[in-house]
Amino acid sequence: MSTTETTDPAVLLPEGLWHKLHRKPAARYWKDPQEVARKDGNNVGKTGQQQAQKANKRRLVEDSEDEEQVLSGKSDPFPGPAPIPEDRLQKFKRKDKTKTSRSQHYKLKDIITRSEETSEMAQKQAARLDLVLPEDAGFLEGDEDEDTCTISQEDIADSVDITSATKHFSLKLSQFGPYRVDYSNTGRQLLLGGRRGHVACIDWQTKHLMCEINVMESVNDVKWLHSEAMYAVAQKKCLYIYDSKGIELHCIRKFNDVLRMQFLPFHFLLVTASATSFLQYLDVSVGKEVSATCTKTGRLDVMCQNPHNAIVHLGHSNGTVTLWSPNQKEALAKMLCHQGAVRSVAVDKTGMYMVTSGMDKKMKVYDIRSFKPLKSYFLPAGASCLSLSQRGLLSAATGDIVQVYRDVWSTPVTKPYMAHRVQKAVWGMHFCPFEDVLGVGHGDGFTSLLVPGAGEPNFDGLGANPYRSAKQRQEWEVKALLEKIQPDLITLDPTELGRVDHATFEMKHQDRVQALGFDPLAKQKFVPRYKKKGRSSAGNHEKRKRKVAHEDLREDIQKTAEANVTTERERKEKKEVLLSGKRSALDRFKK
Amino acid sequence: MKVKVLSRNPDDYVRETKLDIQRVPRNYDPTLHPFEVSREYTRALNATKLERLFAKPFVTSLDGHRDGVNCMAKHTKTLSTLLSGSCDGEVKVWNLTKRECVRTLQAHEGFVRGMVVRFCGSSFFTVGDDKTIKQWKMEAPGYGEEEEPLNTILGKSVFTGLDHHQKDAVFATCGQQVDIWDEQRTSPIRSFTWGVDSFSAVRFNPVETELLASCASDRSVVLYDMRESTPLKKVIMTMRSNTLCWNPMEAYYFTCCNEDYNLYTYDMRFLDKPITVHMDHVSAALDVDYSPTGKEFVSASFDKTIRIFAKDGGHSREVYHTKRMQHVICIKWSLDNKYILSGSDEMNIRLWKANAAEKLGVMSPREREAANYNQTLKEKFQHHPQVRRVARHRHLPKSLYHQTKELRVMKEARRRKYVFLMHFSFEASALSLSEWPRRKGHGGVMATRAAGVTYAVPPAQWKVWLVGLCPLTWAQ
Repeated sequence: MSTTETTDPAVLLPEGLWHKLHRKPAARYWKDPQEVARKDGNNVGKTGQQQAQKANKRRLVEDSEDEEQVLSGKSDPFPGPAPIPEDRLQKFKRKDKTKTSRSQHYKLKDIITRSEETSEMAQKQAARLDLVLPEDAGFLEGDEDEDTCTISQEDIADSVDITSATKHFSLKLSQFGPYRVDYSNTGRQLLLGGRRGHVACIDWQTKHLMCEINVMESVNDVKWLHSEAMYAVAQKKCLYIYDSKGIELHCIRKFNDVLRMQFLPFHFLLVTASATSFLQYLDVSVGKEVSATCTKTGRLDVMCQNPHNAIVHLGHSNGTVTLWSPNQKEALAKMLCHQGAVRSVAVDKTGMYMVTSGMDKKMKVYDIRSFKPLKSYFLPAGASCLSLSQRGLLSAATGDIVQVYRDVWSTPVTKPYMAHRVQKAVWGMHFCPFEDVLGVGHGDGFTSLLVPGAGEPNFDGLGANPYRSAKQRQEWEVKALLEKIQPDLITLDPTELGRVDHATFEMKHQDRVQALGFDPLAKQKFVPRYKKKGRSSAGNHEKRKRKVAHEDLREDIQKTAEANVTTERERKEKKEVLLSGKRSALDRFKK
Repeated sequence: MKVKVLSRNPDDYVRETKLDIQRVPRNYDPTLHPFEVSREYTRALNATKLERLFAKPFVTSLDGHRDGVNCMAKHTKTLSTLLSGSCDGEVKVWNLTKRECVRTLQAHEGFVRGMVVRFCGSSFFTVGDDKTIKQWKMEAPGYGEEEEPLNTILGKSVFTGLDHHQKDAVFATCGQQVDIWDEQRTSPIRSFTWGVDSFSAVRFNPVETELLASCASDRSVVLYDMRESTPLKKVIMTMRSNTLCWNPMEAYYFTCCNEDYNLYTYDMRFLDKPITVHMDHVSAALDVDYSPTGKEFVSASFDKTIRIFAKDGGHSREVYHTKRMQHVICIKWSLDNKYILSGSDEMNIRLWKANAAEKLGVMSPREREAANYNQTLKEKFQHHPQVRRVARHRHLPKSLYHQTKELRVMKEARRRKYVFLMHFSFEASALSLSEWPRRKGHGGVMATRAAGVTYAVPPAQWKVWLVGLCPLTWAQ
């Protein structure tokens, strides 16, 4: 619109000035055609069908600015803001554009457009910041016709820097094994729990032993709580909580025969699965049991959490995987995943994929948003333990061999990315957050393996910060406790809270009935007419009517559908006439 | 073989010396920050709770009057000056920053009925029960000088209210009629009457400066143009309005506070029904004043409370009360939009914060940022039931609480009766539910034009609910 105005120079500008503005710039070496094409491509990130009129206007303004010449005659070779790659923008996209209907109130429309502009700006800024993050992820590439899975840990340790090389180590603890393993949220501390009662926590990077105790009882599982100051140990009878010096803080007798534990860090919930098929939630910030559910599915020794929505997945001996939240006594979903018993389950951090392995020696990948199988792999010995890393590497333990797979959900995998044999059968496995390290607990102790490309390279300083000081940890703890999410907010879709809760027809109808004082849609009750003669009694009459009632209904529906079609057609015609701009003189007589 | 393993240099992530602040590298990747919505919701809920925790609106009380405070006036030029007149004829000038009275003068015998500061801020006018209008200098008299008015005009009858023109040396009084005075003359340049009534308040329009509105005792609000000899328009309501106030930003709206516990916002162009009815008081509303932004107004009531309404909100967003505050007679919203001043029966003037939870004084940048963030969160989640419940909760004295409940029950009963009538009465079959006035069209009954004095009679079906609705029966 504004372009048509500026093309009429005689009206707006004195001639000399117009020539000055519109003369062609002097030929420069950088103004080759490729450059021009690239400049046009700059807007790729921005364009799209959602581009509003406003944005068009803005681009016009930008373009006109480009045309403006600097005194020296040079033009900016990189005009406008730097382009943002589309994939980065996608990474920070939260939701699609809201559809605005014509009937919306203008103020509401304004609010929506404003908030969308803000979120778009935030998305762009975050994407820009993403480009300048300091660390890059690790990788491992073999030479030509060399499989990466044949590269041994020693070779890797030899070829990396000294600090990283020290991250590959083995602890020979043959006396009290096999071991369960857990890393703290920040990835700095390691917790080992031996089957025969040995519990140790280690600052594994400095190899400083924080505490070591023997609980003189069998240990089923160990888990760090929200910080490295406390951990829970599932012992033979009940659940214990120790602090990092090994002092017993609590003994929770209500939680008995616990086999597996998970900790939900944002909810401060410790979830336990017991041999008596009880799934219990313990709020560790107030020490209260939130819910206890009898799953009625036997011994629960396969468990994992979905880090995206805090739903707990349980694997059962009949081959099913069930999904649980503390708000419901029934499973949210049941999936038949394997023909034999389920041996292990893992969910990736985006909450999209679930990997299961079973006694039928299969490993399967599921899309758990739609509950559909994606891939199925056959492992000769079957995987006993599964673990997923932050960047989506999957480690599977078959007997005493640890295999790491890459891209199990996107491409069909034939070979493992890495493989390593430990001394005895694997019992527990955990990827270390923010490090390229996989901790493996087995019958002969603990082995820390280097897995390049496993960990998230850039951590967030306000979340889990591996380098935080004691003071920072305290501050973080206070903040985290303040924004503890209540257990009743656990749902399959964690963004549900931010959506509009539309009233259903029943609710609207109920409101209407209440406001009116009567039900406008209620049908009149049938009262049989008293009739003396004839076979056609009132009841029979009514029955006959009921038989053909659907035909009336069909007629009604047909009528309304036709009316809808005609109104829609009329609206379109009107629009077309308006758009084409051609109006005949006789149009005014039309309705 | 090519290999790279994550290996961070701790020096990049840890501060160098203890004197530095800690380094906080950020990564905004959404997968590193799960449960965004739930966490924001929790923060919003906490922020709302904290807001209620810090809501301490009462700032100070100015005492010194020896009788109830009957009227107040804002200084047009300085924020820190307030004038107040009491029922014993005394006028006090207050310095709000020092919270002290700087000047006292005996202006009238009997009540000081009205008070207004001239637009230049150099003098002010008072009217009283002794039938006089007095103009006073703003500065206190020098040492040895006597406190004397600049001008005194003796009127024929008692004046009940007064307002000054925004730009010209003209002011208006009301009593038995509405008079327009030139400051230089001792007799009114114009007098308006419309029937035989007395008027309780008169206000100049702040934008269309020649217009004025007044509340009459025959339950009407009358509009005038100073340049014409007859009044413009009139709207008769079911009960009497006490005072009114123009919206300073959208000056075609005015709000009048009514004896029937409600406040009514009218559009001056369409008087046949009010734009909004503001309900919540449980006794007559006595005074109203708009915030300088025109987005909110505050009302004082006989039920010993002050309420703050959004200009288009049917219910109040805030209620202020104390144990000691009696019937609030007059109310003002300070010109910096931050404070509210109320004058009440028990001789005190109270200073309140307009935003109860606002922190006074200088805020550090981080503090301000946090406050802004919390404000945004509160707005974002304001419709969630938990957040709304906390944000709406106000403590009320027991009597008020029960009265509110009782009024609600009465209203519901009337509505139910109307619904029954609509369905079961043969005569009233013409009624429809859309006629039931929820908010709009509640109190305003009819507007008449000055040109042809034709009183439009309310439609027949209105009578049915009007009888039930108001304490008075409809008078034809």
